[in-house]
Amino acid sequence: MKMQKKEIVAMILAGGQGSRLREITDKIAKPAVPFGGKFRIIDFTLSNCSNSEIDTVGILTQYQPLELNSHIGIGSSWDLDRNFGGVKILPPYFDKEGGRFYMGTANAIFENMNFIDAYNPNYVLILSGDHIYKMDYQKMLDTHKEKNADLTISVIEVPWDEASRFGLLSADETDMIYEFQEKPDEPKSNLASMGIYIFSWPVLRACLIEDHYSEDSSSDFGKDIIPKMVEGHHKVYAYRFSGYWRDVGTVESLWESNMDLLGLDNELNLHDKSWRNYSVNPISPPQYISPFGRVEGSIVNEGCVIEGHVIKSVISTDVHVGRNSVVQNTIVMPNTNIEDDVQIDYAIILSDITVKSGTVVKGTRDHIAVYPSEGGENHE
Amino acid sequence: MNDVMGIINLSESEEQIKDLTLGRSLGALHIFGRYRIIDFQLSNMVNSGLSNVAIFTYGKSHSIMLHVGSGKHWGLDRKRDGLYIFYPEVNSEDNIRRLGDLENYRNHLDYLQNSTQKYVLLSRSYMLCNIDYKDVVQHHRNSGSDVTIVYKTIEKSYDRFPNCDTLSLDDQNRVIGIGKNLGKEERYNVSMEMYVMKRERLIKIIESAIQRGDARFLKEAIFQRLPELKVSAYRFNGYLSCIQTINNYFETNMELLNTQLCEELFNKHGPIYTKVMDAPSTYYSEDSYVSNSLVANGCIIEGKVENSIIHRDVRIKKGAVVRNSILLPYVTVSEATNLNYVILDKHATITPRKMLFGDQSNPFVIKKNMVL
Repeated sequence: MKMQKKEIVAMILAGGQGSRLREITDKIAKPAVPFGGKFRIIDFTLSNCSNSEIDTVGILTQYQPLELNSHIGIGSSWDLDRNFGGVKILPPYFDKEGGRFYMGTANAIFENMNFIDAYNPNYVLILSGDHIYKMDYQKMLDTHKEKNADLTISVIEVPWDEASRFGLLSADETDMIYEFQEKPDEPKSNLASMGIYIFSWPVLRACLIEDHYSEDSSSDFGKDIIPKMVEGHHKVYAYRFSGYWRDVGTVESLWESNMDLLGLDNELNLHDKSWRNYSVNPISPPQYISPFGRVEGSIVNEGCVIEGHVIKSVISTDVHVGRNSVVQNTIVMPNTNIEDDVQIDYAIILSDITVKSGTVVKGTRDHIAVYPSEGGENHE
Repeated sequence: MNDVMGIINLSESEEQIKDLTLGRSLGALHIFGRYRIIDFQLSNMVNSGLSNVAIFTYGKSHSIMLHVGSGKHWGLDRKRDGLYIFYPEVNSEDNIRRLGDLENYRNHLDYLQNSTQKYVLLSRSYMLCNIDYKDVVQHHRNSGSDVTIVYKTIEKSYDRFPNCDTLSLDDQNRVIGIGKNLGKEERYNVSMEMYVMKRERLIKIIESAIQRGDARFLKEAIFQRLPELKVSAYRFNGYLSCIQTINNYFETNMELLNTQLCEELFNKHGPIYTKVMDAPSTYYSEDSYVSNSLVANGCIIEGKVENSIIHRDVRIKKGAVVRNSILLPYVTVSEATNLNYVILDKHATITPRKMLFGDQSNPFVIKKNMVL
């Protein structure tokens, strides 16, 4: 029997609804939310895989997968259309015992053990499809191998006053993890888990099976699998990451992370050619700034026609901004037409809509308006 | 349209645009911020439903090769047919000027013979337009002609089509003579160098021209057979520009600073595809001022830009002023510079405190990789 092998397989958890993103995720999964003018959130994770030379990737989908599926296609945008390996979309499925949805992050991996086994890997990399960061996973894998670990968790130092929002890890001087606290009131550590795990596959495989048959488990990595491994006899290490990393789970954090791109020396530096962030490229002409248009401190993508005033904003593909319209501190998602005489401040304007002439959308720094929104709040 | 195959013939005169074609063929020249000239013909053919497209290259063909690759970006990486690229057996421009392009067709005659399509559409890269070939082929089928040539009637603009072929037509739109535009007439029919004929007919023309030795260029062979053949003309009424001189290249780019024209050229019968490069969105700093300009992705603009075409990954630093200029990919314009009517070729760098002024009828060209 011919048996090929991969050293490592990546599994991206992309099934979450992201309900704190309000109307933005009404029709699309959180990983498919547009970001930074030309990307979708999942592009960062997929590009990290591609740039880290991890060429076998499973994407676990569940909530509103249509747009996400068509974005990923066969993975050619990320060089993940491979003969052996490549990207596969893994939705919940039926088998002879019936059909069921993924009941938790660990359960989603359990249900796809056959996908992973087909590559006979030594390691499995678990990722989230909704984080904004650039990271070389090979370096993390090197540490995992060096320490001969069963599990390596990527961690980042967070300010002490924000620490209680995260899953926190306490590590000794060798980076061996001895305690795990999920969003504690009194943090004992400021090392936050980034939701990026490398498991040795035989160990994870055994843990998943054990978890599946234990009755009181919610089958979640953060709540069940990892605490159990830390408490047990497994070797769990921390991998310290420094650099830009954001969980864009709320409207405000999504907005803020987009605004972080508006600067010459922003930490994410998307202009770095040695670590390109890939996406599906639009088939649109260059952007046109008309004689009436003004653009300041903003990023604008291909296909846009700017005839109004754009200040400190992120303007995605194929957006039109009409005359005498002022768009500031705002994210405009793709293919939206903003007519003349529109005023927008501190907002996120959704894709594929027309904002009628005369519309005023006003949010604040602490409460970003989403337009259109069901309640019709924040705009006239 | 699956019974039509397309050929793009790149044996083009580059004499009057040679400063921009030193390391590339004309078809590979960057235009309108994110395209190359050949993208328009490739896209026209693909949008009209052709799936067997060949490029006959001459001379400096590596830039075309790198650009088109497998044809994937135009949907031409197919199992049935797809994109073919042919090189002359002796690949030197001098030889081609002397020996003509017929030799190249003869060497690759088996491609023509083995193709399955009934009709063939011949074209060039430098006639820029957004055209629906379905209509041209339908016209050809209905007319019962042996050859159909696409043309546009031009009034009072000699400089835009210098030395282009002109067609004399009778009242049935039959071609009765083919000449050259010397700029002496107010109104003329410029040939767009797009020919439709049966594949068998093309093979016959090539073979007989070689047998008789009466032509070195395919175009010449067709023209000489005008008395023997029924040649009719198809009139095109859309936007057309011929990129054969530096001035035309400049004028054409500047003309596209107009949303209506952009809409026609980039969209009318389908979008124009090009090789995608994964550049991020362009950043405009708070001090930047950009007006009436086309800008591609990947740029960082901190200076002042007016009436200009800015290609991918260009950097315009604080205090720089760029007016009426075309900046090709990877150009850097440093602080406190002033440019007017300049074409900066790929990777050119302007160091601080330089002033460069060309003028409208004679834009100043800075060659590829130059540091000034």
